[in-house]
Amino acid sequence: MKPERKQRLLVVVFIVVVTGLVVGLLSYALRENINLFYTPSQVAAGEAPTHQQIRVGGMVVADSFERASDSLDSTFLVSDGSATLLIRYSGILPDLFAEDEAAVATGSLGADGVFVAQQVLAKHDEEYTPPEVADAMQQAIDKKAATEAAQQVESKALNTPEATY
Amino acid sequence: MIAELGHFALILALCLAFTQALIPLAGTIANKPLWIGTARPLSCGQFVFVAISFACLVTVFLQDDFSVAYVANNSNSLLPSYYKVSAVWGAHEGSLLLWALILAGWTLAVALFSRALPGDMVARVLSVMGMIAVGFYLFMLLTSNPFERLLPFPPMDGKDLNPLLQDVGLIIHPPMLYMGYVGFSVAFAFAVAALLAGRMDSAWARWTRPWTNAAWSFLTVGIFLGSWWAYYELGWGGWWFWDPVENASLMPWLAGTALMHSLAVSEKRGLFRSWTLLLAILAFSLSLLGTFLVRSGVLTSVHAFATDPTRGVFILAFLGVVIGGSLLLFALRSSSLGATASFNWLSREAGLLLNNVLLVVMLAMILLGTLYPLVADVLGWGKISVGPPYFNFFFVPLGLLLVLAMGVGASLQWKRQANGSLQRLLKAPLLASPVLAVLWLMLAGWSLKIASLLGLTAALWLILFTLQDIWKKSDHSQGRSTGLGRLKPSYWGMVIAHLGIAVLAIGITLTSNYSDQRDVRLVTNERIQVAGYSFLFKGVEQVRGPNYIAQQSSFDVFTSVEGVYLKPFTTLKPEKRRYLATGNVMTEADIDGGLFRDLYVALGEPLGDRAWSVRVYVKPFIRWIWLGAFMIALGGVIAVLDKRYRKTPVNVTRGNVTQPSVDQKSAPKSALAHAKKGN
Repeated sequence: MKPERKQRLLVVVFIVVVTGLVVGLLSYALRENINLFYTPSQVAAGEAPTHQQIRVGGMVVADSFERASDSLDSTFLVSDGSATLLIRYSGILPDLFAEDEAAVATGSLGADGVFVAQQVLAKHDEEYTPPEVADAMQQAIDKKAATEAAQQVESKALNTPEATY
Repeated sequence: MIAELGHFALILALCLAFTQALIPLAGTIANKPLWIGTARPLSCGQFVFVAISFACLVTVFLQDDFSVAYVANNSNSLLPSYYKVSAVWGAHEGSLLLWALILAGWTLAVALFSRALPGDMVARVLSVMGMIAVGFYLFMLLTSNPFERLLPFPPMDGKDLNPLLQDVGLIIHPPMLYMGYVGFSVAFAFAVAALLAGRMDSAWARWTRPWTNAAWSFLTVGIFLGSWWAYYELGWGGWWFWDPVENASLMPWLAGTALMHSLAVSEKRGLFRSWTLLLAILAFSLSLLGTFLVRSGVLTSVHAFATDPTRGVFILAFLGVVIGGSLLLFALRSSSLGATASFNWLSREAGLLLNNVLLVVMLAMILLGTLYPLVADVLGWGKISVGPPYFNFFFVPLGLLLVLAMGVGASLQWKRQANGSLQRLLKAPLLASPVLAVLWLMLAGWSLKIASLLGLTAALWLILFTLQDIWKKSDHSQGRSTGLGRLKPSYWGMVIAHLGIAVLAIGITLTSNYSDQRDVRLVTNERIQVAGYSFLFKGVEQVRGPNYIAQQSSFDVFTSVEGVYLKPFTTLKPEKRRYLATGNVMTEADIDGGLFRDLYVALGEPLGDRAWSVRVYVKPFIRWIWLGAFMIALGGVIAVLDKRYRKTPVNVTRGNVTQPSVDQKSAPKSALAHAKKGN
């Protein structure tokens, strides 16, 4: 083999090895470090893992926000319209955090079903709602509509025989 | 009236850009000197009209003409006039106009400072830049016209500029960032021109280098201004969040850095040619991707203020045409440019190859981490966010490796490092840097941590290597001062930029390992001790600003000398502002800055009973991060000043280049023949 060819081959082998290594590490790191988003309904249904970093979000329920009198510990409920989730957080909340507004929290779900947040994000301008929360709300609304429709059908089905008699 | 004038000027600029994209390029193909000669005047004309358009937009902002939709949405009569000017690029439409203005500015600069370049080359470069300009003008006129009117019922007053953007840092951050993004269009245009001509030699690399350096320096300044702004304005006290928008600006920077180094090899040794072209395409493509990510609203991020899918589709299509087209051209033409010269594994070329591999790997992992959530969302894999741990997991070790390699690599010789000289080179830094790192931490009274020791050792290693290299290179028979005077600006540029990296690394290492941060509840006249400083909370009072009302608190800061508090050496006044037009609340932190530590206080929220939640940070060496970034940018600027780039290139002028009368179609073949002859 010509020395030039050999060098080119070495370069290619080097690049392939490095790329392989990187891809392996990347997929490992991605698996370890991605945070999945769950809605309060999913948490209520037991779909969310406990003691693992995840994100949850929804609308902060009115009058649910409580702050301890001697520390920065606080608790509040978030809702997607069909279920609520209790979030505990210690620290300073963002400027735009407010009741009846959307919020997304990163943290982990305890075995007691309380979500302990390390970070709370609120929407960052007047018109903006985090897409996750908007989606979750929409899903909840759809689900509600679907169950109501199903209930109506069911009740109709139950009612009709009576009506015929 | 002024808004309409601006609109017409914009349309005229589009027409000129369209002509500029076609005529000079057609001239190089049809071999018509007259057509080729139109490139420069057309660029000037395009700049003049887009400048008029921009001036019109500034004027309508200053006149509070709320019948213009863009002004009504982003300004307010109470806004101070300097923010009215910066509000021009506070949102989507105006920032695009700024982008177009800057593109026209770079085009004009290429037209003016390219006298030494062959005419057909200039024509191709300016045509390619014209094509990019056409895309942006069309985008603006079709989907986001900044001059649209709200008639017949204009609002009484504007909605106000987003309070986050009402800040000095944000007056200059976007223009600087755009200067960088758009500046890479020059390197891109040079690369496409080289592919069109089928000719790429060391003269090409020499033309491209100063432009790349200039753009890269602007981008560096833009990124660090953004980081600085996030530090004091967002009220979180962090300086980098791995936010997708930050990543969007870091990716072209990494590609640009790789490009600069690869260009050095292409100029000095004629190697890595195709790779250099690919990097030039990549750097600009990533700049466009950055614009797409930020401006199409696909991101869930603090910065993405604009949301409109039609725009997203347009940018995506534009991105496809630019990236796809240039890569297709690359695939068709690059094989004719290949260099077959080889290099030794212990040489500066090899060092620069390692630099490129590391930078591209860093780039790839950021790209993956940034796009993965978007792809996952589109494909319905769930709502995912990739957090800082992922990025740090890669960036920290790779960055460390890069800093270590930088020290050795920059000291190596071209072609081949003499046997045994590497050991001599390595000895001093290898022994001294870990010892100095330990000494530093012990003298500062900080605990010894592996992370901080590694970071400091790498930074000191780089500094020692750089100093050793200056010492060696300044050796001269007429004494050292003569030797130092002989060193070229491009060398000093490299030295300052590399030392800047070391300073940056020191700042990052010490700040992330030894910061003290507390979120606490404080009542009036309560004290809190953080890292040897005592902060006395004196209470909150209401103050009035031009367009906001603020709760302003005051904190007296003391240093304790053997447990006794002397007079306060400074008073910090962080605020909580409520903006009148929007009702938005903003945290305004107050910082006592210093070279060795920052004291940072931000107000949280009132907790009742005269108590407030308060965020108090003491951050050692954080200013070194921005000092380092500034040195890096300065290095880039100094390197541009090298006389080498301004000399009339004698060896470049080959028959078919200076005389446009020769058939241009033969250019690729002749270049190929030349390359073959060369070997």
